[in-house]
Amino acid sequence: MQAANANTSGAPTNGVETGATDDFVTVYVGETLFGLAIERVHDVFVPSGVTPVPLAPAEIVGLLNLRGRVVTAMSLRRRLGLPDAEAEADGTKASPKMAIGLEQAGETFALVVDGVGEVLKLGADSREAVPINLDPRFRDLATCVHRLDGRLLVILDVDALLGFTPAGAKAA
Amino acid sequence: MDDLLREFLTESGEHLDTVDAELVRFEQDPNNETILRNIFRLVHTIKGTCGFLGLPRLEALAHAAETLMGRFRDGLPATSASVTLILLTLDRLKAILADLEATGTEPSGSDDDLISALERMSEGPHEPVAAAPPPEPVLPDPVVRELKPGEVSLEDLEAAFMSAPGPDESDFLAPPPPVAPAPTPAPAAPAAVAPAAPKAEVKIEAKIEAKAEPVEAEKPEPARVEKVEGAEGEATAAAKNQTIRVNVDTLEHLMTMVSELVLTRNQLLEIARRHEDSSYKVPLQRLSHVTAELQEGVMKTRMQPIGNAWQKLPRVVRDLSAELGKQIDLVMVGNETELDRQVLEVIKDPLTHMVRNSADHGLESTAERVAAGKPARGTIRLAAYHEGGTITIEIADDGKGLNLAAIRKKAAERGLASQADIERMTDAQVAKFIFHAGFSTAAAVTSVSGRGVGMDVVKTNIETIGGLIDIATTAGRGTTFTIKIPLTLAIVAALIVRAGEHRFALPQVAVLELVRVDAGAQRVEHINGAPVLRLRERLLPIVSLTGLLGQSSPGAETDQAGFVVVAQVGRERFGILVDEVFHTEEIVVKPMSVKLRHIPMFAGNTILGDGAVVLIVDPNGVARQVAQGVQGSGGHIDSDADEAVEMADTKTTLLVFKGGQGSFKAVPLSLVTRLEEIECAKVEWLGGRALIQYRGRLMPLVPADAAITIKSEGTQALVVFSDGERAMGLVVDEIVDIVEERLDIEIAADRSDLIGSAVLRGRATDIINIAHFLPLAYDDWARGLKRPEQISTILLVDDSAFFRDMLSPVLKAAGYQVITAASADAALAALQSDPQIEVVVTDLEMPGRSGFDLVAAMRRAEPRLAGLPVIGLTGAIGADAVERARSLAISDLVAKFDRSGLISALAEIGAATVSKAA
Repeated sequence: MQAANANTSGAPTNGVETGATDDFVTVYVGETLFGLAIERVHDVFVPSGVTPVPLAPAEIVGLLNLRGRVVTAMSLRRRLGLPDAEAEADGTKASPKMAIGLEQAGETFALVVDGVGEVLKLGADSREAVPINLDPRFRDLATCVHRLDGRLLVILDVDALLGFTPAGAKAA
Repeated sequence: MDDLLREFLTESGEHLDTVDAELVRFEQDPNNETILRNIFRLVHTIKGTCGFLGLPRLEALAHAAETLMGRFRDGLPATSASVTLILLTLDRLKAILADLEATGTEPSGSDDDLISALERMSEGPHEPVAAAPPPEPVLPDPVVRELKPGEVSLEDLEAAFMSAPGPDESDFLAPPPPVAPAPTPAPAAPAAVAPAAPKAEVKIEAKIEAKAEPVEAEKPEPARVEKVEGAEGEATAAAKNQTIRVNVDTLEHLMTMVSELVLTRNQLLEIARRHEDSSYKVPLQRLSHVTAELQEGVMKTRMQPIGNAWQKLPRVVRDLSAELGKQIDLVMVGNETELDRQVLEVIKDPLTHMVRNSADHGLESTAERVAAGKPARGTIRLAAYHEGGTITIEIADDGKGLNLAAIRKKAAERGLASQADIERMTDAQVAKFIFHAGFSTAAAVTSVSGRGVGMDVVKTNIETIGGLIDIATTAGRGTTFTIKIPLTLAIVAALIVRAGEHRFALPQVAVLELVRVDAGAQRVEHINGAPVLRLRERLLPIVSLTGLLGQSSPGAETDQAGFVVVAQVGRERFGILVDEVFHTEEIVVKPMSVKLRHIPMFAGNTILGDGAVVLIVDPNGVARQVAQGVQGSGGHIDSDADEAVEMADTKTTLLVFKGGQGSFKAVPLSLVTRLEEIECAKVEWLGGRALIQYRGRLMPLVPADAAITIKSEGTQALVVFSDGERAMGLVVDEIVDIVEERLDIEIAADRSDLIGSAVLRGRATDIINIAHFLPLAYDDWARGLKRPEQISTILLVDDSAFFRDMLSPVLKAAGYQVITAASADAALAALQSDPQIEVVVTDLEMPGRSGFDLVAAMRRAEPRLAGLPVIGLTGAIGADAVERARSLAISDLVAKFDRSGLISALAEIGAATVSKAA
């Protein structure tokens, strides 16, 4: 069980399964790995031509044109209360940012992240509850944590992620 | 809820609305078998379906109503009371349907009250008023009952019904019965009624007259569609069979897809522009055309006739008519005019509200109308028509008009504007105060209106969809509201601008003009940090788009070159400063994300031809921000106007025109009443003098120069001067400009029509002497005021030669001797030396010793001078100036340009002297 769930280079193999598994798209922000339920992910793309929206909440990066649709781009960093990547002198993450297309209530959002990893198939055996000592912003957005080889994967609740009220962040 | 039930709900809802309207028609026109047949059929359908679906409560009610209507068919006269009862039943039906829609089951409850009332009514003998419990004690419409003697026609009606098979669909599709008998009852009715009810004669005739038009309009088939009264005839029923029901969501989806297609097409065109030798050109052109047609076609599916929004109004007016005791005719024109259903939804409620307002506030009571010599029945006229890319809706009543004096008073009380501002405002501007929240001049609050809620909501609703609302009112003649709304909200023409690093779209409906500004002649100036622009001698508050959007500190960029987009939202005009203006583009409005909808600055977003997303700026949001911003920095928009006036104190605003041989002439703008452009064909000649009918009066035309001849064709520019009821048109070649300059006049004494000449904007310009022209228009203009015997000599003190020269002829023409002095000292000297002087007219603001100093000196001097009446001339009559004038016993304060005010102040002093002497 959980034969080759390597986080970095291993292929998304499923190995010998004992129970139901869930597929997650992994994304990273800084050094942290996050997982998003694959059913909610519509697109993975490189955001370009983002039009900033003045007076918008800080989480909103702007609007962009995704194949003829206007999509609201939201920064996962800002959503998690982290500083913008540009501020970091992190040479290893030089690749352009990526965005995940998410849909909620008929509206499309783009979640801007630092990078996208592979799709992982994870079972219940590696799942852990969210540690209570986590930052409240993380705690509100996370549903659970998966133990991977050498690192942890925080599974994000997409509805909570997109469910902030315009006035500011809202508890999940 | 199953589909059948849903279908039933939709259909019944529509049927009931139709029955509502039809019943009101039927009440007015009880002999019209078509209407009755239609009503009967609809109610019957509802009853039948209810039985089928197992809805006992609805069925019982519909059955009782049907029975009563069956009795109408059998000849029971339709009285107001019985119609009201049926209408109440329909309301109950609607309530049950609404519950049914919400819960899926028929609500429990009893309708015995209504059913028994209906049964009583239908069982009752032909004395319905006694038998029925009338829900409204006063029913101001006795006419229908009075028509009872016209039973010949009812028999006709009955016969027609007996010949028809029954109230089902097949009957409806049968060829219409011969039209011939239908018109007969109408002429027969008054003849039959007249002897029977002499008291009601006048009313009946008025009613027949009023109704004659719609009745006649029904005879030719196609005309029916034009009026709601005739809308549900056979013609429309046949048309109904050609339509299908489509889910609104399906249409919305189609629209979205077409919008995407339009965007893609735009992108393709953009690409094709860059590749010159593209072989795509021809197919692309075709694609472009097909897309445009498709877009138009899909837009059409979203279109609904405005009549849908009006359908409920006849009922509303009927109920109001009973409630208010007024007789009201509702005329609806152009109800086939189509507009986007989204727009329709938004304007539905405002329209109803405005019609209610017209009925309550607009129209007078019947007694008042008769007393004013108007027809007893008031008319509310609704009209809708297309005009360019917009739809115009007019709601007009022939009532008493807005009470502008009351509005002025109320506006001042509520501090909406300063007293001085309010007095300067035009009637149209004053009328717009009724759109302020909580503004009501209704003496009494009625259940209908008068609570001061509503008109502001109406305006807000209309403005949210980019519409405009305007009022025209004439005392005693009525009020007309004009609403202009865009045909659709989905696609709008927008101006693409750049502010800072980004582009924005500004809806073109709000844009009046573009002005280029730089550091030179047209530059943005600041008052206490608030940017303003002089635009044709008006100050325009400016906001910088970047500042507004928090991208730069406000005011930082306003000195640079750029463009000012002059926009108007409601009463507010303002300029939006942008860095660059690109072009206009038809953009597909996409709604803002729910996460961004709270930002008032944006109305939506769109994708431009080059694929970029731009934000659409909401002019309404900007307007609100402008008002707040300016308030925050120490003044309101209206007070900017004040500053403009104060600035004019040192400078004079002059109207420059071309008059005779291309020479430039000017006249102080403050003396001008209006500028007009008239059709030369309208000029009439009487006894060698040119006249024109102007605002219901004859106005003489006088050329500004001997060299000017009144043109015989085309248009003619006029400068209108008026004095009380008299007006004169000064014929000029061309109106050139309005300039604000410090006047330095060189006097040219040889011509009486000129005061002198001055250099304005680098051009030598003659300043004309209006006092010369007025007597040319009216021989007695100057003699209009009888020369007061008691005062004959006036000392006119003003430091400005211009004013001295302007006022002296006016005063002389009014019959006074005038001595002038250029300063307080010269004035005192003149007063010492000339005992003839009986009144002093002095400018209060003079360099050195001011007018106040002069008067103070006079008051301290010998008794003769101390007692002399003084009239103060002042640019701005402020509270402190009034206080100071009172302490110095200055008889009157007159605004500097107020010629007639000065004359009447002088006359008053004359009268006072007479009474003192007596």
